[in-house]
Amino acid sequence: MKRLEQGERHTVSLILNGVPRTGRADNRTLLSDFLRHELGATGTHVGCEHGVCGACTVRIDGAAARACLTLAVQAEGRRVDTVEGLAGKDGELNDLQQAFRRNHALQCGFCTPGILMSCSDFLERVPGPTEAQVRDMLSGHLCRCTGYTNIVKAVLETAAERQARREEEKHA
Amino acid sequence: MKPGAFDYIRIDSAEEACELLAQYGDDARILAGGQSLMTVLNMRLAQPGLLLDVSRTAPLDYVRLQDDKLAVGAAATQASVEWRAGLAGEVPLLKLAFPHISHFQVRNRGTVCGSIAHADPSAELPLCLAALEGEVVLRSKKGRRVLKAGQFFQGMLLTARRPDELVEEVRYPLAATGTGYAFEEFSTRHGDFAIVACAAVVSRDGIRLAVGGVADRPRVARWPHLEDSALDAALNDFAWDLEAQDDPHASAKYRRHLVRRLGRRVIQQASAATSGEK
Ligand SMILES: Cc1cc2nc3c(=O)[nH]c(=O)nc-3n(C[C@H](O)[C@H](O)[C@H](O)COP(=O)(O)OP(=O)(O)OC[C@H]3O[C@@H](n4cnc5c(N)ncnc54)[C@H](O)[C@@H]3O)c2cc1C
Ligand code: FES
Ligand code: FES
Repeated sequence: MKRLEQGERHTVSLILNGVPRTGRADNRTLLSDFLRHELGATGTHVGCEHGVCGACTVRIDGAAARACLTLAVQAEGRRVDTVEGLAGKDGELNDLQQAFRRNHALQCGFCTPGILMSCSDFLERVPGPTEAQVRDMLSGHLCRCTGYTNIVKAVLETAAERQARREEEKHA
Repeated sequence: MKPGAFDYIRIDSAEEACELLAQYGDDARILAGGQSLMTVLNMRLAQPGLLLDVSRTAPLDYVRLQDDKLAVGAAATQASVEWRAGLAGEVPLLKLAFPHISHFQVRNRGTVCGSIAHADPSAELPLCLAALEGEVVLRSKKGRRVLKAGQFFQGMLLTARRPDELVEEVRYPLAATGTGYAFEEFSTRHGDFAIVACAAVVSRDGIRLAVGGVADRPRVARWPHLEDSALDAALNDFAWDLEAQDDPHASAKYRRHLVRRLGRRVIQQASAATSGEK
């Protein structure tokens, strides 16, 4: 049992997008603030800080979750994936990001990092979703710009592309 | 909106949690999924001195069949129950209710025991526990107590849990043969807390109807098999019994209307499910 005292800064080490990173945090530091202010990963956005808007959604050990409802000290030793980890090394957008761009699934882009992280978890678990399932998953996010229709299109398109690619590989 | 200062301990076992709860009582708070507590802390509606984090307590991270129940430990997330391959056969009511509980991203971290301990009158998991007459296992340094859902829920965010007790496990009874289950909810948007939620269990013995979102806790009515006007009359009496209040989300009158309508619908669905099984 290790008691972390209030008012002190504790060392937090985690794997951010595949890279081991370490920073300092108070007990009360939220994971969202730790990522942005301590590790400089400002791709994760902060809206409501009470779990409603979804802007801060990241993947913790693979599962999409609110960074604003998680303490930085709780992420010790965990794998945390954020929007910065989606594009390839040369900065090339991944298939989901490209589909968002193609379909105008973003305008201001404030909600987009969170939505992309939810979608990336969701599409791994539900590779061939129905429109209703996609809309259900998106109900955990607020977007003030797009009206969601193009987001739904981008997600369904990505799912279909991935399915087609899997089929191709099977018969290659 | 940032939380106030607190000490933090990551808990390794139920024994350790109980030891610390005995020592610190009300000044300590269990942190499970944090999907209600972190909101409360961020808004500074509570400022506990010590958080006991059970979200990674391996011995409490289990979902298992135990006698005729599905037992869920304090560290098990809602997602770990929801994504169980056999859930629809094991506890069909939970399978029906999960999609209504907040959002996928929240269920990934929120725990079943946390929702029960929190006891929000609109929450779906307490409602299902009440409808199925499930159990809550409370553990302290002195030992364990097992309470029926009806004894555990005492009011709005109020339960029979004592300050030195951990909700160690929650037990949902498994589906019985010849019994039908149904769940319906009305909320402003999908994933919001329920304005009215209804769960029905219909067996050879009769009807059980549980209603959430209206009274200060999930309430259960038990009836013999009723039909047509007799059922309407019973539903109407129950809707009035719940003493619905007006609030910004819905009027008391509208809530009574929903209890009558959704109540009838779930009873019909659950009855149909029993005959389907025979
Ligand atoms: C955007 C949003 C929408 C939501 N919508 C819904 C909804 O529609 N329906 C619904 O039911 N819920 C909803 N919730 C709440 C969610 O289901 C929570 O996960 C749940 O209420 C609490 O579980 P938790 O594990 O997160 O508990 P925590 O938030 O960690 O704890 C909640 C409370 O219970 C206590 N506690 C937790 N575990 C234990 C334990 N084992 N022993 C003793 N005390 C304990 C804590 O000390 C705290 O007081 C929503 C949450 C969010 C953020
Ligand atoms: S900032 Fe986390 S959900 Fe809004
Ligand atoms: S693109 Fe602006 S909020 Fe979604």
